[in-house]
Amino acid sequence: MTAIVQRAGFLTSVQDLGRTGFRQLGVSTSGALDSFALRVANLLVGNDEGAAGLEITLGGLQLRFEDERIVAWCGGEFDVQIGSRALPAGHVAQLQSGDGLKFRRAQFGCRCWLAISGGIDVPVVLGSRSTDLRANFGGLEGRTLRGGGVVPLARRPGSLPPPTPISSWAGPHDWVSPAKRYPVLRFIRGVDWSRFDDATMKRFTISEFSVSPDSDRMGVRLEGPELKRKHETDLISEAVAPGTIQVPPSGKPILLLGDCQTIGGYPKIAHVITVDLAVAAQLRAGDGVRFSEVSLEDAHCLLLERERDLDRFRIGVSLQRS
Amino acid sequence: MEIIPLGDSALVVRVREQFEDAPEERLNEVLRVFQLLQRAAIPGVVELAPAYTSVAVFFDPVAVLKSNGAANGVFDELATRIRSTIVPASRRHPRRTAANAPRLIEIPICYDAEFGFDLDRVAEHTKLSGPEIINLHSTGEYRVACIGFVPGFTFLAGLPRNLATPRRDVPRKEIPPGSVGIGGAQTGIYPLRSPGGWNLIGRTPLKLFDPAKNPPTLLHPGDRVRFRAITREEFESLKQ
Repeated sequence: MTAIVQRAGFLTSVQDLGRTGFRQLGVSTSGALDSFALRVANLLVGNDEGAAGLEITLGGLQLRFEDERIVAWCGGEFDVQIGSRALPAGHVAQLQSGDGLKFRRAQFGCRCWLAISGGIDVPVVLGSRSTDLRANFGGLEGRTLRGGGVVPLARRPGSLPPPTPISSWAGPHDWVSPAKRYPVLRFIRGVDWSRFDDATMKRFTISEFSVSPDSDRMGVRLEGPELKRKHETDLISEAVAPGTIQVPPSGKPILLLGDCQTIGGYPKIAHVITVDLAVAAQLRAGDGVRFSEVSLEDAHCLLLERERDLDRFRIGVSLQRS
Repeated sequence: MEIIPLGDSALVVRVREQFEDAPEERLNEVLRVFQLLQRAAIPGVVELAPAYTSVAVFFDPVAVLKSNGAANGVFDELATRIRSTIVPASRRHPRRTAANAPRLIEIPICYDAEFGFDLDRVAEHTKLSGPEIINLHSTGEYRVACIGFVPGFTFLAGLPRNLATPRRDVPRKEIPPGSVGIGGAQTGIYPLRSPGGWNLIGRTPLKLFDPAKNPPTLLHPGDRVRFRAITREEFESLKQ
């Protein structure tokens, strides 16, 4: 029970909802950079929300399936094809043994998440199937997919009525296609917000920043107006989190993502709110991005609202099946 | 003690503002808070990350809301739970700072020039000879202040002051696993192949991070550490 990797693409890795519980020992979260997209994709194919799927960066992945599987994907604006048929984001497809699945380059956006019924069957390491690409463990032997390799798949979940080859219905648009042409990330003030001068605070919220090519799963490096602190004093290192925007002495901010280190010593100007990490995960080199302040209470309300909507969606999906 | 949001799904409990004024005490205070929070297992708290003067608490806002209700908002609710976990305990045991006596772990290090790429640089900066550096480094006692940067990378407090050496201007792209370095006033061990800017003075044959084990690291925050100088032959025989 495997899928054959005909082409691995630019950077494809096995990810689930991330690794927790070992942060005090320096172990990062890893996991799908947009864990919500993976949860939605998993629900669409009848998996547990936490099943391992594939995170595909910039496309190029080509798989061939050796048995029947149900698949769905969520993420950037990719052209995905099963043979000559298009599989749009958030639709559910039934694949037959021998079918191929091809992810072409994204028109915009950076990543997408593919869920396959049964989930990807790699060993659980420190509580997760996610690949830690910095420390090289978890997933497929701690590395990205390689052309000519295989992706081990777990037994398919119980009997699902075979849908039409590609469903006419899809998940909510905002969830299955979170990439934005003009992304604005909402943030709450950072732990070190008041260490920056007034002009910098203003600059941070009114300027457009552009995504630098040396961005990766650790962080989105941003170019733009220089962000300056009032005093260049050394800070005592403390925890950082995915979503933290830190400002190194260069004045160029770095928005940390799921593979970020656990502890850092740079001042933290802001934190992107959890619901907008879905948008942040779609940023790619050259994209423009802006920031807009919200309150912590609003950040929590948005998250709770999304969770309630997902509860309803879960019921909707199960009705589609019955 | 301050509690500050670190985004919407984490917060920082800042136990102290300073570290260097009294490293041993500060570390004990932070570890006490860490252990109390670990034992309290507050619903919705996912994981903890202690560092020099703080303990970060990572949480799931949805789970916090479901288990505690949150008339005052998720953050205030959690902050109240955290305060009530930490404060009464310190009132009960005003003098007991660390809940558990720290372990003492000995780490063998081979300081041969083959591994200590930067011994000369440290010698030049500190005006000490190679044997003096090795002697000073291997007779001190250290404590794991925190673990981070990469899994299992230990930031050790307690480096003799005269060994402090500024980081290299240009970090190395790749450092061999087990390398022991000095970065400013700190010393530490690189558990994995990684980039890094510290001055390398030796290497340990022990494996500091092994994801197949639980817990995956040899050292934990708060551990006492001693280094023992070993020969090249011992290094080979101990290699894991």
